[in-house]
Amino acid sequence: MTLTVGRAGPARATGQHGTRRRRPSSDARVAWLFLLPSLAGFAVFYLAPTLRGFWISLTDWNLLSEPRFVGLDNYRDMLADGKFWNALRITAEYVVINIGSQTVLALAIAVLMDRLTRSVLVRAAIVVPWLVPNVTVAIVTLFMLDHNVGFVNHVLELLGLEAQAFYGDSDQAIATIALVNTWRNMGYTALLFFAGMQMIPRNLYEAAAVDGAGEWTMFRRVTLPLLRPVTVLVLVVSVIGSFQIFDTVAVTTKGGPADATRVIYYYIYQKAFNEFHMGYAAAMAATLFAILIALTATQMRMLRASTSDLR
Amino acid sequence: MALPSLTAAPRRIGPRRRRIGPGRILAWVALAVLLLVTLYPFVWMLRTAFTSNRAIFNGDFSLVPADPTLINFSRVLGHASAEEAIAAGGSGAQVDFWLYLRNSVIFTAALVAGQVGFSATAAYAFARLRFRGRDALFTVFLAGLMVPPIFTVLPNFALVRDLGWLDTFPGLLAPYLLMTPFAIFFLRQFFLGIPPEIEDAATIDGAGKITVFWRIILPMSTVPLSTLAVITAVFAWNEYLWPQLTGKDDGVRLLNVALGVFAQSSPTSSPDWAGLMAAATLQVLPVLLLLIVFGRKLVNSIGFTGIK
Repeated sequence: MTLTVGRAGPARATGQHGTRRRRPSSDARVAWLFLLPSLAGFAVFYLAPTLRGFWISLTDWNLLSEPRFVGLDNYRDMLADGKFWNALRITAEYVVINIGSQTVLALAIAVLMDRLTRSVLVRAAIVVPWLVPNVTVAIVTLFMLDHNVGFVNHVLELLGLEAQAFYGDSDQAIATIALVNTWRNMGYTALLFFAGMQMIPRNLYEAAAVDGAGEWTMFRRVTLPLLRPVTVLVLVVSVIGSFQIFDTVAVTTKGGPADATRVIYYYIYQKAFNEFHMGYAAAMAATLFAILIALTATQMRMLRASTSDLR
Repeated sequence: MALPSLTAAPRRIGPRRRRIGPGRILAWVALAVLLLVTLYPFVWMLRTAFTSNRAIFNGDFSLVPADPTLINFSRVLGHASAEEAIAAGGSGAQVDFWLYLRNSVIFTAALVAGQVGFSATAAYAFARLRFRGRDALFTVFLAGLMVPPIFTVLPNFALVRDLGWLDTFPGLLAPYLLMTPFAIFFLRQFFLGIPPEIEDAATIDGAGKITVFWRIILPMSTVPLSTLAVITAVFAWNEYLWPQLTGKDDGVRLLNVALGVFAQSSPTSSPDWAGLMAAATLQVLPVLLLLIVFGRKLVNSIGFTGIK
């Protein structure tokens, strides 16, 4: 999924080109040659597995024996599976905490950078956690948040507060993972917002200042409304990403304590590769696929309704 | 040139600059705090990598370790004997760092070369060549972005297993090597921005489409191509789900996967924090190197395009 802030107009370029087409037959030969590797990659590793995934979801298959067609049994089992619903609920909780905090913090950072500094150094520093692999982030935060020797608890105790178990407490674990990933992604998301803010004409701020508007008013009346298309696109991309939380869970809590962090991705993974219920796992993955499409469609509708802000 | 500008336009500061009031100072403080929160865990990681496990469990929180040591690095790199390692609080487990680094470098380099190269030709075909079904095919490719990876991982795992490619580089690379919808979409955007007149001039001079692509389009596109290469490299370096599933064998195990295994082999009662932080430091170093070399390009390109 891509967020484009550039000005390359696809309609313009293709439209112009259409009128000056020459030798279409030779084009086609070169085109298919150029497309061959990608086409093969797409057919074998995207299209075929997508179709096969739906087929697997209709079978009982443990990876070793022949798959046995069972119709919609997997989906029926899934709807009756408390763990499935629990996984969905935990994932939703994760997405809400993660996306909520991440969006607010990223907007704050973007506004601060927009108003204070153009420094590439600041922008590079803020994006460092995003460049570090999830596995490394998981290990480093596992240590930072350790109950006994973690730095965060050290600070809490200096402040006269009680040490927390974070990853180790079933009431805190999913929020901890959500906030760790907020920490990892907020700088990156801030850069997306920042880029969007550079497209807002500066004279609007000057006019607002002449009218006596303060920073807060400018943010609410100028920045936020004009940034809305970018905001919606960023949300679409980050919500889809957020639903796919896996790495951090796999390295830190493995779904525990007491299933408190068994998100849908992790549950699918466990069903498929620990228990070898491929059909059941595929049914859940297909359901996740459907949820993501529905969510994206909803968000895209919001996007289309909001593209006219900058004339 | 009508290429979309990659660099954020420098802004005039003149008339908009305000007096330094309390609000502005407060804003700077807020930004400084956010930067500190962003970077401090890495400072702490680095500091801990030079601290002994004994000092950690004795509750030493000084920023500079009282008794700095290199034992953690030599343990992780396998230069310390098993007894030394266990005495220093390790499990005796080692990370065969150089082997895994080699694997990660092979994986990343192959993935970047394949994906950028094959996506470039495909993106050019979608942007400039006329053929029947072009736009429909492109839409289908884009739809590939919507498929959650876990959904294709199940059949892809079965496929790679049936091919006998588990624990081999071909198996590790196959799903990514030939294309990703994102890479094609990304490059197509740039190719669309190149004025067709430039190609038309070459075509009139008798150059074929392949020549135009090689001699004109590619040389003009070094910026987007290298930007995509950097983004792809970051992605490859970060990839975990698929490599840990299909590359368990030492000969193809990636650094990322090895680090996860190393973390899991550490005893939960008294984890080998110092060793883990040393290993994490070694994992972060190449990323920092990338940031130092490509920092400006990377940061500006994030402005242009966003991936998950």
